[in-house]
Amino acid sequence: MATKAEQASPSAIKTGVTHQMTGNEAFARGAWEAGVKVAAAYPGTPSTEIMENLAHYPVGDVHAQWSTNEKVALDVAIGGSFAGVRSVCMMKHVGLNVASDALMSHSYIGVNGGLVLIVCDDPGIHSSQNEQDSRLFGQFAQVPVFEPSDAQEALDFTRAAFEISELFDTPVIVRSTTRISHTRSPVLVSERETPEGRGFLADVTKNVMVPGHARRRHPMVIERLDRLADYLETSDLTRMEPGSSKLGIITASMSYVYVKENLPEASVLKLGLSFPLPKKTIQDFCARHDRVIVVEELEPVIENALKVWGLKVEGKEYFPRIGELSPEQVRIGFEQAGILKAEADSGLPQFEPLIRPPLLCSGCPHAMSYNAIRSLDVRVAGDIGCYTLAVGDPLTAIDTTVAMGSSIANAMGMYLAGTETKPIVATIGDSTFIHSGIPPLINAVYNQADITVILLDNHITAMTGGQENPATGKTLRGEQTHAVNFEDMIRACGVDWIERVDSYDAATMIHTMREAVAHRGVSVLIADRPCVIDPVRIKGPAMQVDKDDCNACQGCMNLGCPALVWSDEWFEGRHVVKIDPSACIGCSVCAQFCPTGAIQPMINPDQAGAKAKTCAGTSKGAK
Amino acid sequence: MAKAKKQNPVLVPESKKLDPANMTEPVNILVVGVGGQGVIMVSKVLAQICQNLGYQVKQSEVHGMAKRGGVVFSHVRFGQQVWSPTIPVGKADVLIALEWAEGLRWMNYLRPDSGVFIADTKRIVPPFACRSRALGAEIGYSKDTPDDVKAKVCEAFAIDATEMAAKAGNERAANTLLLGALSTTLTFPTSEWKEVIARMVPPKTVDVNLSVFDQGQKWIDGSRRGEPVEGGAFVPLVQPEVNPERTMLEITAEWCKGCDICVKMCPERCLVLNKDQVAELAEPEKCTGCHICEWLCPDFAISLNPVSQEAAE
Repeated sequence: MATKAEQASPSAIKTGVTHQMTGNEAFARGAWEAGVKVAAAYPGTPSTEIMENLAHYPVGDVHAQWSTNEKVALDVAIGGSFAGVRSVCMMKHVGLNVASDALMSHSYIGVNGGLVLIVCDDPGIHSSQNEQDSRLFGQFAQVPVFEPSDAQEALDFTRAAFEISELFDTPVIVRSTTRISHTRSPVLVSERETPEGRGFLADVTKNVMVPGHARRRHPMVIERLDRLADYLETSDLTRMEPGSSKLGIITASMSYVYVKENLPEASVLKLGLSFPLPKKTIQDFCARHDRVIVVEELEPVIENALKVWGLKVEGKEYFPRIGELSPEQVRIGFEQAGILKAEADSGLPQFEPLIRPPLLCSGCPHAMSYNAIRSLDVRVAGDIGCYTLAVGDPLTAIDTTVAMGSSIANAMGMYLAGTETKPIVATIGDSTFIHSGIPPLINAVYNQADITVILLDNHITAMTGGQENPATGKTLRGEQTHAVNFEDMIRACGVDWIERVDSYDAATMIHTMREAVAHRGVSVLIADRPCVIDPVRIKGPAMQVDKDDCNACQGCMNLGCPALVWSDEWFEGRHVVKIDPSACIGCSVCAQFCPTGAIQPMINPDQAGAKAKTCAGTSKGAK
Repeated sequence: MAKAKKQNPVLVPESKKLDPANMTEPVNILVVGVGGQGVIMVSKVLAQICQNLGYQVKQSEVHGMAKRGGVVFSHVRFGQQVWSPTIPVGKADVLIALEWAEGLRWMNYLRPDSGVFIADTKRIVPPFACRSRALGAEIGYSKDTPDDVKAKVCEAFAIDATEMAAKAGNERAANTLLLGALSTTLTFPTSEWKEVIARMVPPKTVDVNLSVFDQGQKWIDGSRRGEPVEGGAFVPLVQPEVNPERTMLEITAEWCKGCDICVKMCPERCLVLNKDQVAELAEPEKCTGCHICEWLCPDFAISLNPVSQEAAE
C-alpha cells in the first residue's frame, strides 16, 4: 500500500519492487507507464478511481480530464490517437453503450497513437442498472478484449494493450470487473516509457469513414484479427499451466483465480484475451484432455466461440450465467461436474440478516426534494444517481429508472401516451443532466410536451464519490474553469418557466413544485443545495428532539434520514423519535415537518440536553 | 463477559495462534461493518503488516454504497500463496465486526470448527428498522444476543468497543480497539501492529489509538482467562408499551367540501377523497395521530379524539 507521501506523487514510488495496489490504481499506473498523453473519462462505479489515480501523475506527463459523457471521452481519446499520442479512456460497462457509436466506426479507422478503453463490468450489480458482459462488445466492434485477473495483470495488460493497439492498428478494450478494480494485491511497478509522438497521419482513406473508405477498411479489420489470433498462439498472454490429462480448464479474468483456489493442481489454459482466441492452441489443449471445462463469469463468450469451432467443451451447465462468481460458486460448479466431492455447507452458523439498504445521507437535499415530490401525487420518471435511492421506503417517490439521461424523454413518452391521469415529472441530477439530459429537454420543448423537470442540483457528481463536472467550475485537477449556468442554458433550450429553490426550504419547495406542475408546457424547477459530503463534508450543530413534545407521529421518519431513529420512550403506542447528534448535520428539514415543534437546534452540541427554542414550543397536539 | 470462562477456560497458547509461515492455506480475516465506521482502515492496517512481514496479501472490498450507510465488508487473505481475493464461505479464521448486526450477517463465513468471532456490541439502527406504524411495533433490529452467538460458534467475544473508545477519548478509535483484539489471534509482534497503526491514523489521534489497541488486547486475554472485564455490556432492545392510550381520527362528512388539502398533506397517505368527494380515512391503521389534517382543514371537519380502552378492543 502506498503511504500518504507516495499517494501525493505516485510517479515517484520506487520501481522494481512491489506495492499493494487496487486494480484501478494498477490500471492508472499501467497507462502512465505506457506513456499515455491524453486520458478522458466519465465517472462510473467501479471505474471511477482509475482516472482519479491517473490525475495524481504529473501534469506534464498526461492530460487527464472528466468529459461530459463516455462518448465524448472516447472521442477525445480518438482525437489524441489521430494526433499520434497514446490515449486512454475509462468507463463503466454501461458507459461503453454510450461510447459504442464512436467505437464501432473507430474500429474501422484504427489508430495512429495507441488507443485503449478500460471498461469495468459490474457482475453481481453492486452499483449499476444491469450486469451486461462488455466482452461481447469485442466481437460486435471487432476489437480485441484483454482480461486481467489481478492488479499485476491490470498493469501489465494495460501496457501490452497499447503495444497490441499500435502493432495491429486497432483500438483495444481492457475489461475489468468490480472485483478486480477494487481488490488490492501486490504489483511490481516500472518506469514510464516515453514513446515519441507520431504527429498527425494525414490519410483520408483511413481517417474519414465515408462509404467508399469504410468498404475498403472492413476487410482490413477482419484480417488484423486473424493476425492477432496467430500472434496469441505464441504470446505469453496465452499461458499453459500443465496438469493431469483427464481434465483441462480454459479460463480468464477473475474466474482464473477462483479455479486456482479450488483446483490448484489442475491443467489450465489461461487466456489473456477473450477475443480473438488462439484457435490452434485451444484445439491442441482440447485434444490433449479427456474433458475440457470453460469457467467464465456472466455470458458464455469463450465457451460459445469454442462450440462454434466444433470443440466438445462444457461450462455454463455448471457455472451460473447470472451474478458474480465466487470461490464457493466455482467449487459448487466443480462439484456438480463431478470433479470435486460435495462439501457440506450445513452446520455453518447462520442468523437472520438485518435489512440495511443503502440510504441518502443525513441532511441530503434530495431527501427533502423527493418528500415534496411525494406530496404532489405525480408520476415520476427517475434517472441515475444517489437520488435513485428515493425509490425505496420511506420516500417511495420514483416510478421508473432506465439509463443515464432517460428521465426527461421517458416523461415525454408517458405524456404522449395520454393514458396518465397524474401530472408527469422527470427528476435528474446536475451531472446526469449534462451527461445526456440536454437533448431530451430540447426534444420535449420542441415537441411541446407538458411535463415538469426537477433538476436536482447538488453541485457535484455525488454517486461516484464526488467528482467535479462542467457545472462546478472546477476541472479534474482542481483548476478553475467556466461553470455552466443552468438557467441560461435551459432558457436557451426554449423553456419559459424556470425557478431555483433552496432544497432545505420545505414550504417554498412544495409550493413552487405545485406551480411548476400546474404550468402548461415544459417547466424546470432547480432544487439547489450542495451535496453534504462532497466536495466538503458539511456538519453543522445537530438538532435534538424534546421527548416531552414529540407526539411520535413519525412524520419526520418519512424523510428516511439516518440520523433519526426511535428512542426507548413511547407515546400512544409509538416510538418517540431521537436524533443521533454525531450523524445529524443540522439541515433542519425534519424540524420543518414536525407538527409539534419538538425538533429544535442544540445551542451547544457538547452540552447534551441543552435546548434552544426558536419559537414557542407546542404541546403534544390537542389531547 | 465472565461467561466466556466456561467455554474458553484456557488462554490460547502461542502455538494455537494463526501463523501464516506454518500454514499451507492462507489466513482469512473478514472485517465487516457499516459505511463510515472504518472497516477499510482495519483491513488496510492488517494488509500493511502482512506485507511488511513478507506475505502475499489480497484485500477485497466493494465500494460504491459505502458512504451511504450501507453494508461494508473487506476480505483480507494472506500467506505463502493467495488465489481468490474473497474468502470462501465457511473459511474465515476471524470475523471482526464493527457493528453487532453486521457481525451476525456474515457469520456463515466463519470456520465452524475454529473460527473466532469478535464484535463491537454497538448498534447502528437503520431507518428501515423504524418503519412500522403499528401500535407497539418493535424496532426491526436483530434480537440475537452474545449468548445466542456463543452457542453457535467456536469462540465469540462481544466487546462494547465504541463505549470503551469514547471513554478513552475518541469513539472513532473503536476500530483500533478491535485491531487489538484481533492481534491476539495472530503471531505478529505487537510492536509491528503499533508501528503501522501509528503511521496510518491521523497524527493527533496516535496516542488514543495506541492506548485502545492495548485495551483490546487486554480485554481478550482477560476474557479468555476468565477474569472479569469491563466493556461487555449488552443493552437489550426496548420493550413495547403495554396498553397505550390511543387517538382516532373523525371526519364530519357534512362539513367537508373536498378541497383535498388533507389528502395531499397527510405524511402517511392514509386519507382519500371518496366517490362523493369527501375525505375519508381509508387506511386507519396507518394514521399516527399527527394532527396535521386536523390543523390544516379549513372547515374544521377533522378532529382527533382519544379512544377509550373498551372502544379500542
